[in-house]
Amino acid sequence: MTGGMSYNSTRRARKVDFGLLLSYLILVVFGWLNIYSAVYSEEHSFILDFSQRYGLQFIWVCISLGVAIVLLYLINPRNFPPLTPIFYVAMLVLLTAVIFLGKEVNGSRSWFFIGSFGLQPAEFSKITTALLLSYVMSQYGFSLSNRKDALRAALVVIVPILLILMEKETGSALVYVGLILVFYMEGLAGWVIVLGLGLIAMFVITIALSPLTALVCAFSVCCIIRFFTSRKPVWLLTAIPLAVLMCYIPTLSETETFGFLKALKPEVWVLLLMLPHVFFWTRDILAKRETPSGKYALISLVAAVIMVFSVNIIFDKVLQPHQKARIENLLGITEDLQGIGYNVHQSKIAIGSGGFTGKGFLNGTQTKYNFVPEQSTDFIFCTVGEEWGFLGSLLLLGVYIFLITRIIHLASKNTDAFTRIYGYCVASIFLMHVVINIGMTMGLLPVIGIPLPFLSYGGSGMMSFTILLFIFIRLDMERQNKDADF
Amino acid sequence: MDKKVLLITGIIVVALCLAARMFWLQIIDDHYKVSADNNALLYQTQYPARGEIKDRNGNILVGNKTTYDIMVTPVDIEEFDTIDFCLTFHVDINDVRKKLKYYRENKRKIGYQTFTFIKQVPSSDYSHYAEKAYKFPGFYAISRTARVYPYEAGASLYGYINEADSAYLANNPEYRRGDYVGITGIERSYEDVLRGKKGYNIMVRDVHNRIRQSFKNGEYDVAAEPGKDLIASIDGPLQQYGEWLMKDKVGSIVAIEPSTGEILAIVSSPGLTVNDLSNIRKEYGRLASDPYKPMFNRAVMSAYPPGSVFKTVNALIGQQNGVITPDTKFSCSRGFYYAGGKMGCHGHRSPLNLRESIMMSCNAYYANVFRAIMRDPNHQPISDAFDHWKEQVQKFGIGVKLGSDFPSELQGNLPSTKTYDKIHGKGKWSAFNILSLAIGQGEVGATPLQIANLAATIANKGYYIIPHLIRNAPDSLRRAKYTEKHWVGIDQQHFDPVIEGMYLAVNAPPGAGGTSRRAYIDDIVVCGKTGTAQNPHGRDNSVFMCFAPRENPKIAVCVYLENSGAGGTWAAPVASLIVEKYLRGEVKRTEFEQMVHSTNLKQYVPVKRKK
Repeated sequence: MTGGMSYNSTRRARKVDFGLLLSYLILVVFGWLNIYSAVYSEEHSFILDFSQRYGLQFIWVCISLGVAIVLLYLINPRNFPPLTPIFYVAMLVLLTAVIFLGKEVNGSRSWFFIGSFGLQPAEFSKITTALLLSYVMSQYGFSLSNRKDALRAALVVIVPILLILMEKETGSALVYVGLILVFYMEGLAGWVIVLGLGLIAMFVITIALSPLTALVCAFSVCCIIRFFTSRKPVWLLTAIPLAVLMCYIPTLSETETFGFLKALKPEVWVLLLMLPHVFFWTRDILAKRETPSGKYALISLVAAVIMVFSVNIIFDKVLQPHQKARIENLLGITEDLQGIGYNVHQSKIAIGSGGFTGKGFLNGTQTKYNFVPEQSTDFIFCTVGEEWGFLGSLLLLGVYIFLITRIIHLASKNTDAFTRIYGYCVASIFLMHVVINIGMTMGLLPVIGIPLPFLSYGGSGMMSFTILLFIFIRLDMERQNKDADF
Repeated sequence: MDKKVLLITGIIVVALCLAARMFWLQIIDDHYKVSADNNALLYQTQYPARGEIKDRNGNILVGNKTTYDIMVTPVDIEEFDTIDFCLTFHVDINDVRKKLKYYRENKRKIGYQTFTFIKQVPSSDYSHYAEKAYKFPGFYAISRTARVYPYEAGASLYGYINEADSAYLANNPEYRRGDYVGITGIERSYEDVLRGKKGYNIMVRDVHNRIRQSFKNGEYDVAAEPGKDLIASIDGPLQQYGEWLMKDKVGSIVAIEPSTGEILAIVSSPGLTVNDLSNIRKEYGRLASDPYKPMFNRAVMSAYPPGSVFKTVNALIGQQNGVITPDTKFSCSRGFYYAGGKMGCHGHRSPLNLRESIMMSCNAYYANVFRAIMRDPNHQPISDAFDHWKEQVQKFGIGVKLGSDFPSELQGNLPSTKTYDKIHGKGKWSAFNILSLAIGQGEVGATPLQIANLAATIANKGYYIIPHLIRNAPDSLRRAKYTEKHWVGIDQQHFDPVIEGMYLAVNAPPGAGGTSRRAYIDDIVVCGKTGTAQNPHGRDNSVFMCFAPRENPKIAVCVYLENSGAGGTWAAPVASLIVEKYLRGEVKRTEFEQMVHSTNLKQYVPVKRKK
């Protein structure tokens, strides 16, 4: 790092990762065109009409590009790590302030308004959280197996989640859950992720089918895991008939001989049937006769049982009525095409009517006149699906996946811990946004109002995603410079 | 395994899931491309013609005429000559302006929806419109059918149709706003048959909102399927004649073909005219507030005390239970006396046997019969005997719904032991407390349809087929229901003395004591039974039931006239005219029919209740 200013500039300009920059530009331009098409009407057909969203989005794009240039050429990334706690705390203050001072939009208090322009702190707190998390986890001697370190890292993520939940922006809070992938990459055991996914599956099965089914599934899966890892596979021989028996409890209780089964709920009977198994299992673990996998399987089983029995509490007490309704609608428990299911139904029609090649730019008929509400923001993917068809949607998805995997790849190659962890953060956040948003518009996931990075209309989103990405690009340049220098 | 590889593999798996979903929605599943909610497609509904209703001779009772509904899709409206439009359809310009203003102001909310702009435009206006339809972009006409009633009779039976209301739509998701649905009568009972199936033409619009091009050359269009025609069992001329006879009378006529259960005529008077029915929307208020309740179908909804016609039921049950024989005689000296009371009777010779008791309608005889049924040693205590009797009566279709195809049919009344336990205390009542049931008074109530069905049952010597209005119900369920014989549980030989009594009541020589002489017709053997039902609200109700001819009966009739005195006086003549008209095709007693037609028996009603 000894070269003169002009020397450094030219070298840096060449070392900006071309793949990331190109995918960024593709997404931004493509997004802008789609917003134009979504809002387009013949009275306002000029693409730079600033009374319309596409005009405004153009301004956001320009400002974001400016910010990107500033990040690339005017700020030294070496200065970032020590400053991250300050950014972070400042953002916490904003997040708290907005709860009291913010304006309520669609039931959540997460917007500051300056004139007619809104600012959403939750969008920007992703950046500060990612930065601080990277800073904390890149400290010398940090290890997730050290309980204190792990707790500190977890707190960095949990505090903004709680504040955002208080703003009733559940969708944004959910994005932070994706940061678990960072923990995974930095040493968290893989089975925790598997357990997490398993618990989500339990939640869905309990609601969509029955608590009984969920319990039987959990029991069977855990026993099978144990079977393949344990030194005493003979246990499985009792587990299979037990699981079968559990399935028949409701049927049996209808017969005269087993009428006494009606005295307790079938779920409780299942628990009683599991007990001896769990008892001997525990004994084996305490006697160190089980492999680690066997131990984790038991922990997972206990966690699953707790999950199943608290589903109703989560569903009735923790979730808000509209969130409940969205989940029920997704799982097909209720069908309401006019009310809660309207968005998704219209969105599916729009995407489905696109066919293989789509109807062509500005030729989408379905997406005009706001048939899909939030057309240009959370449901922008409808326009893509309708006008660009399967081909366009697939290419778009491809660009996103390229962007995310490229970030992961570059991060993992980086020798600087801060850069590496920050890269994982950025990738996780993008991944959550893309999967949840596209999954929601196609009716795979419940309606969770979070934007599609770089495509959805909105200044806060455009800016925060740009900053998030360009800090990484800049940090990555630093590595390339080092490579060049040494 | 390398965590990075695992993570990237995971991401790609998730991405493949999303891609698979895209593939499903956009390539595999056609449902979203032709979805009715697809805003690019305009579904123009094709309404089917509703099925017609004909009588048993092929006369059209309920037919169709074509009208048009003018539809509008507000986004497609361009400037047009409003005055020309209003003159074409004869509508008020202010209404049109108001609607157009609403469409302009709610452009976003309305989107691509289509509304009905003018309903039921007659074809004369439509043909004027069709010539200049191109001047009114955004509007189009769809043909609807409206009901016409070319035969002036039977208006109370057909019922009317109207647009389905919100409550109906909520319960019947296959209907859409603007669909017509049968609200009452046959239109309602046979809605599923008459309505047919809607179709649609799919039009597609381009990005500039212009429609008017068939989607894939009509490949996905569905033609409307017209409703099926119904053939009513009604005999048009007889129905018309019955309504003519019932002028200025309050009551009902029900005529049934005993062998098939087909209803030949059913009159509720005062009733609706076909004119009322054609203009039901306009006339509804007047009809609903008329004190004679013309929309109330007395023939199937009024539970009247049947009076003496009910004696036939007790005569049959008494024989079946073995408590009397045709030769059992009871004496009568102007009534039946018991501790604490007397049931009066008129003067006639005494003692009488069973057939004479029917012929002369002796009250004392049936008091004895009923007491014997209640004291039947096989069924004791009395509550048992009563329950057994009630069961037997219900088999005749009295006190239960017959199951006819009138949507509004009611079941009448039949008391239970509970009723009497409540009135008199458990175990504290005897045959004498309920003696009025012997002669069809008190707590028993039957609809004229049930009484006519009783006549048909006697004519058939032991069974009936559920009375019904439609001969050609297309579904096997209804066909089975309306051909099944319902045996009433009385052996055939027990009917002979009862029929003989009914024969004598009409045909015994003058002076012999027959109560139904006024039902006598030359050359036609009528068997009948009168009833004079006491009416707590005014003059007695006049009841008569009969069937004819005696051998191989072709028609069973019940006439029930409110506040018209003794059964023999008015109900019997009306019934005999109906029988003659149907069996002979014409009535020879022209003076007699004129007299019946012009007699006003309404004057005794209405009875004002004290407030």
